[in-house]
Amino acid sequence: MSLQSAERKLGWGLLAPALLWTVAFFVLPFLAMVALSFAHMEGRAIVEVFDPGNYVRAFSEWSQLKALINSIEITVTVTVISVVLAWPLAAIIAWQVPARYQRLALLVAVLPFWTSYVVRSYSWLLVLGDNGVINKALMAVGLIAEPLALASTRTATVIGFVHFFVMLLTLTIYANLIQLSPNYARAAQDLGAGRWATFRHVILPLTLPGVITGAFVTFVLCIGDYITPQILGGNAELTLPQLIMLQMGRSGNFPMAAALSVVLMAVVILVYAGCSRWLRLDRL
Amino acid sequence: MAHRSLPAIALLSLASPAFAQDTLNALVWCDHTDPALILPFEEKFNVKVNLKEYEGTAAGMAILDQSQPGDWDVLVIDAVDVPRAVAAGKLAEIPADKLPTADFFPELVMAANNTVDGKTYAVTEKFGYNTISFDKTKVDPADMDDMAILTSGKYDGKIGIYDYYLPVLGLVALGQGIDTADINAETLATLNAPLMALRKASRQVSDVVSSQTALATGDVDIIFGGGEWLTAVLAADNPNLDWTIPKQGALRWAQSIGVVAGTTKPDLALEFVQYVVSPEGQAALAQSACYWGMPANMKAGDLLSAEAKAVLRWDQQPEYLKRAQLYPIPDAATDTAMQDMWTTMLNQ
Repeated sequence: MSLQSAERKLGWGLLAPALLWTVAFFVLPFLAMVALSFAHMEGRAIVEVFDPGNYVRAFSEWSQLKALINSIEITVTVTVISVVLAWPLAAIIAWQVPARYQRLALLVAVLPFWTSYVVRSYSWLLVLGDNGVINKALMAVGLIAEPLALASTRTATVIGFVHFFVMLLTLTIYANLIQLSPNYARAAQDLGAGRWATFRHVILPLTLPGVITGAFVTFVLCIGDYITPQILGGNAELTLPQLIMLQMGRSGNFPMAAALSVVLMAVVILVYAGCSRWLRLDRL
Repeated sequence: MAHRSLPAIALLSLASPAFAQDTLNALVWCDHTDPALILPFEEKFNVKVNLKEYEGTAAGMAILDQSQPGDWDVLVIDAVDVPRAVAAGKLAEIPADKLPTADFFPELVMAANNTVDGKTYAVTEKFGYNTISFDKTKVDPADMDDMAILTSGKYDGKIGIYDYYLPVLGLVALGQGIDTADINAETLATLNAPLMALRKASRQVSDVVSSQTALATGDVDIIFGGGEWLTAVLAADNPNLDWTIPKQGALRWAQSIGVVAGTTKPDLALEFVQYVVSPEGQAALAQSACYWGMPANMKAGDLLSAEAKAVLRWDQQPEYLKRAQLYPIPDAATDTAMQDMWTTMLNQ
């Protein structure tokens, strides 16, 4: 047996546990879900036939399609706002905070991660309520006469998401920025670039992989989240995960839930394909 | 063409019960997780009661389908869904003579639901009403006697809807003069406009905790579909929260408990059922930390405080029971149509 062959076998041997794990707990369940998505319900029983009806329904019934549109709109909004807020925060920590305090600054930035996701969402409900901190403060300073309807709205859902994902994005963008040598900026400025041109043509492109990676993770987690829109959105509108839960928990319509889940996954795959050029998942 | 009642695939990740000789595995609603209810039984029989919460009969049936016979010993289920569980072979017969139904409110024996072909499969344990909860300092209590006020414009934006299609559509039907038993494909169509009008007047459609939060914080002043189960746990801190049954009537919810078919511990499971419907079990269950509700066993009244009975409206039960109807029991097609209407309403 040649050395190359032995190394190849060793490589496969080392890879086997991860491969088996992925096949057993991702590939097979996913295929089962796809197969189930082509079944349909007759009364309360599942009929296992090849029927694309669930997909037709997902895209032809307005209430179903609207849930997909809502999910995409909310997710894109959250991702954009989170990036816009997280980039400067990460830059301040990476470039303005002395190195010995950076770890502390990151710790403070991710502190809200330490509380339960559900508790944090319910806390936002109290903050955004008619008698919550925000409305009371705005009324106290005379900016508004009547409370703003913030709780149980899409705005509340977006705020809850942004609060969570700014923390996540700060970490991924910081990891990118900290590896950036200051010599790039110095070289650009030596060549006559102003601060804005340096940022736009040098710094931003170099940090793009970190930003896109963080944004992709934000997109994936946000579009699949059920808790935040359920608690903060007040069912003012349905998102796709809420619709999936309705199909499973209430209707027992698992084929429809499976079809909607496949649609959700297809959206994620499309987004992945769209930004794969810049994705650096090893930066996570 | 292969038929299957529920898929094994979709719920692979759901919890399996613990297996041990000294354990009882119960598939329950959240009110059974209160230690005040469970601990006395565990101590008396020196067993550990493993509790798994579920929501919605479809989810409960899916869990049972996914499980092996003997995995589960006790099932709590919507009383109107007992025949469905029996038809699916999920419940075992229990001896009627070992149940204290003679001490029950007569309307809560519910033999038509708990008995199939003369055999008893479950026993009612708790009940209450889906009706109107409100903050009596924010709304005129007299207004709440007529559910038509909710779509009059007077309370626009201050109404929350309980997020469960069956009772809410049942209530909407009562508002249209349609009995819950008469909800079918034909009558359902007439409920669309009033449901959408109610949605237009409301601020949110929310689960139990979010509804309670909204009512307690003043985000909404009225919960359509609420009742004593929604406001009772808040009564101590928020004495302004109240509930009533409007002139159009209300829905009566009722939950039953039974022994799961195939249990390997039928005697212990029956002991648990007997304990839950005993006066002691009923008093604890009525005041569960998750949600309150009226005990089916009238003798529990001897163990409830005057304050608790006032919150539950113990003395008004004879009148309330007359004015309340059972949940709709739609056939599969009507059920699907009701859920589609609900989904459309949510995305309006």
